[in-house]
Amino acid sequence: MPERSAFAPQYASIPHRDHTAELGMWVFIATEVLLFGGLVLAYFVYRHAFPQGFAAGSRHTEIVIGTANTAVLLTSSFLVAWAVEIFSPVTAKIVTWLLIAAACLGLVFIMLKGIEYSREYDEHLVPGIDFQLAGPKANGVQLFFVFYFVATAIHALHMLIGICLLITLAVICRKAPTTRHHTALHSAALYWHFVDVVWIFLFALIYLPGRSSS
Amino acid sequence: MSDKNYLTTDYTLRSWFLTTDHKRIAILYFASLIFFFFIGGAAATAIRIELATPQADLVSSDVYNRLFTMHGIIMVWFFLIPSIPNTLGNFVVPLMIGARDLAFPRLNLMSWYIFMLGGCITLFAILAGGVDTGWTFYTPFSTLYSNSYVIVAAAGVFIAGFSSILTGLNFIVTIHRLRAPGLTWYRLPLFLWSLYATSVILVLATPVLAITLLLMATERFFGVGIFDPRIGGDPLLFQHLFWFYSHPAVYIMILPGMGVINELVSCFSRKEVFGYKFVAWCSVAIAAVGFLVWGHHMFVSGQSLVASLVFSFMSFIVAVPSAIKVFNWTATLHKGSIHFDAPMLYALAFIGLFTIGGLTGLFLACLAFDVHATDTYFVVAHFHYIMVGGMVTAYFGGLHYWWPKITGRLYSEYWARTAAVLIFFGFNLTFFPQFILGAEGMPRRYHVYPPEFQVWNVLSSGGAAILAVAYLMPLFYLGYSAFHGRRAPANPWNAPGLEWQTSSPPPEFNFASQPVVTRAPYQYNEHFQAEPQNA
Ligand code: HEM
Ligand SMILES: [Cu+2]
Repeated sequence: MPERSAFAPQYASIPHRDHTAELGMWVFIATEVLLFGGLVLAYFVYRHAFPQGFAAGSRHTEIVIGTANTAVLLTSSFLVAWAVEIFSPVTAKIVTWLLIAAACLGLVFIMLKGIEYSREYDEHLVPGIDFQLAGPKANGVQLFFVFYFVATAIHALHMLIGICLLITLAVICRKAPTTRHHTALHSAALYWHFVDVVWIFLFALIYLPGRSSS
Repeated sequence: MSDKNYLTTDYTLRSWFLTTDHKRIAILYFASLIFFFFIGGAAATAIRIELATPQADLVSSDVYNRLFTMHGIIMVWFFLIPSIPNTLGNFVVPLMIGARDLAFPRLNLMSWYIFMLGGCITLFAILAGGVDTGWTFYTPFSTLYSNSYVIVAAAGVFIAGFSSILTGLNFIVTIHRLRAPGLTWYRLPLFLWSLYATSVILVLATPVLAITLLLMATERFFGVGIFDPRIGGDPLLFQHLFWFYSHPAVYIMILPGMGVINELVSCFSRKEVFGYKFVAWCSVAIAAVGFLVWGHHMFVSGQSLVASLVFSFMSFIVAVPSAIKVFNWTATLHKGSIHFDAPMLYALAFIGLFTIGGLTGLFLACLAFDVHATDTYFVVAHFHYIMVGGMVTAYFGGLHYWWPKITGRLYSEYWARTAAVLIFFGFNLTFFPQFILGAEGMPRRYHVYPPEFQVWNVLSSGGAAILAVAYLMPLFYLGYSAFHGRRAPANPWNAPGLEWQTSSPPPEFNFASQPVVTRAPYQYNEHFQAEPQNA
């Protein structure tokens, strides 16, 4: 078998390789925008059809948990950004700890979300399983909660994937950090920030409607 | 250097199923697609046999529903969408840009596994009892009334969608970042422009389909009313979301075909593609405007008249870049020194069939006519002219063109030409009568019909028999050539593209040294000499 070096290389240089990887992540984020975009579109269609039901549904959500989660997620995004910023072989240890801290905050987010879900379950707000709300606004409220559960569940799934990414990177960076790992870290950070941004949109769509008036 | 090529570097099964070589992955896709094509084709055969008589003598109406659904789902999602991009594209993209592989080789392998997973789940749904919703999964039928395996089939399609997204992503990044020195955008072969545009659609439209199917499954599974009007849901929203993906998806199916035709037409008329930049940007324009016309599938759905008018208008606009391409192919042929090799016959068939399909698309884009033709065989004929007459024909053309590169062998020209002519003939006999049936009012998706329609249906079924034979022929002569054909030279067509400058079949990493591009593509002329090959 011929030596690998007998062939033209895949990349002209290391920055060429790294930028290629990052472009991949950006394109991936573009698909994610459209994925959540479809959901948000559905949200607006129904909110337009049932403004009062949506406002009422929104008032049933746990705004304290939602707000706490926003803070948790923003903090973890900050830690990840920090890790990317200071990444170098010398700082491998700090980077590792920053990533682990960020991943832990991610887990806190998931936990809080779980508490929130269980409270909604107790209040019979889960459509399909035990939704119990009568009255003229029931349809709107139910649709609101359909959106709420589908969107937050998909978001939580993204969080879980992100947490796995961060932990994997934390383990790798501790050992032998190179520019290749920096690129991987940077791409993972892009993903984590994206998940964060999605949450901020969801926060505004889920918790805020109908609150200002009461 | 050793004379090993990508096929002979290693023979173990493991080396195939864990390969990251884009060429081997292309072959994996190729084998899977042949499999799916035959399953979809078997369903089509059953449908056409049933329709040969006006009564229901072969299957019940329920089985008939499951048959055309299975045909549609398999053909659209497991054959047409992946066909050219994942087989020919996977094989030639790195070769055409002078790279040693796609940007993300492992992701590429993963795409194939995801695709197969989705395919197996869908096959399971079919074996377990089938689906009767039609390939469009329209709600509320799919969520409320259908008693078939809707969720399983949708899950299969959903998963296969990720494979599409990843392939699109890989192509975009590869074409952006890995072009050989000197290969500027305007020196890029037009096939790559079209694959690039296709990839953009894959990346931007497929996620919307994913979320739509997910909502549909949620509704069906939990009984919540997202699309069910009884609980406040909106069935039109499903159609909007679905066609927001599926109209662009028809361009996923046809743009790569158009790209292949550029390569073929210029190679076999020995001329530069006429209006290169126009053709290139038309791909992009089609991809962009294609996102704005989905409502032409909903003219009779109850959407507002204003919406219908806007969508009708936009549909006319999107026809313009398609027409420009047809004009440019004709202009390329004009005064060319035309060689009627098998790939060229397929290309010419494509141009004819695509033109008919596109023009009848304009009929359908006219509001008044569409109201008359909706859900009749006219629509069926229209999209088969585009998807089968266009796309599948282009696929066969491309396959014959790159076959010597892929296998290192030459096939029998005689049989290849015979098959091409038979396909053209069989296709027209199958689908042209359907325009007439549709115009006279025969609805689609019915298996019992008034006896006066029988003449045209018999013609159509007879054509389908010819078509079936013609589609089977390549299996034999190409299959034979793969093992016993004459050895192909590196550049059998004397074409200038980079892919022809490495040996046939190419070595594992494509090029011994980094190729450098110094001229525009399609420089065919009498003095053209292929650059020295590194064999
Ligand atoms: C270029 C590739 C094209 C492909 C692959 C394609 C494919 C299809 C398909 C699959 C359908 C059937 C949808 C269904 O099941 O209801 C369809 C219908 C339709 N197509 Fe095309 N088409 C193409 C081009 C065009 C063009 C250029 C136009 C108009 C300018 C057009 C206008 C329409 C319309 C209006 C319908 C809706 C018919 C109806 O459902 O009443 N198509 N097309
Ligand atoms: Cu369309």
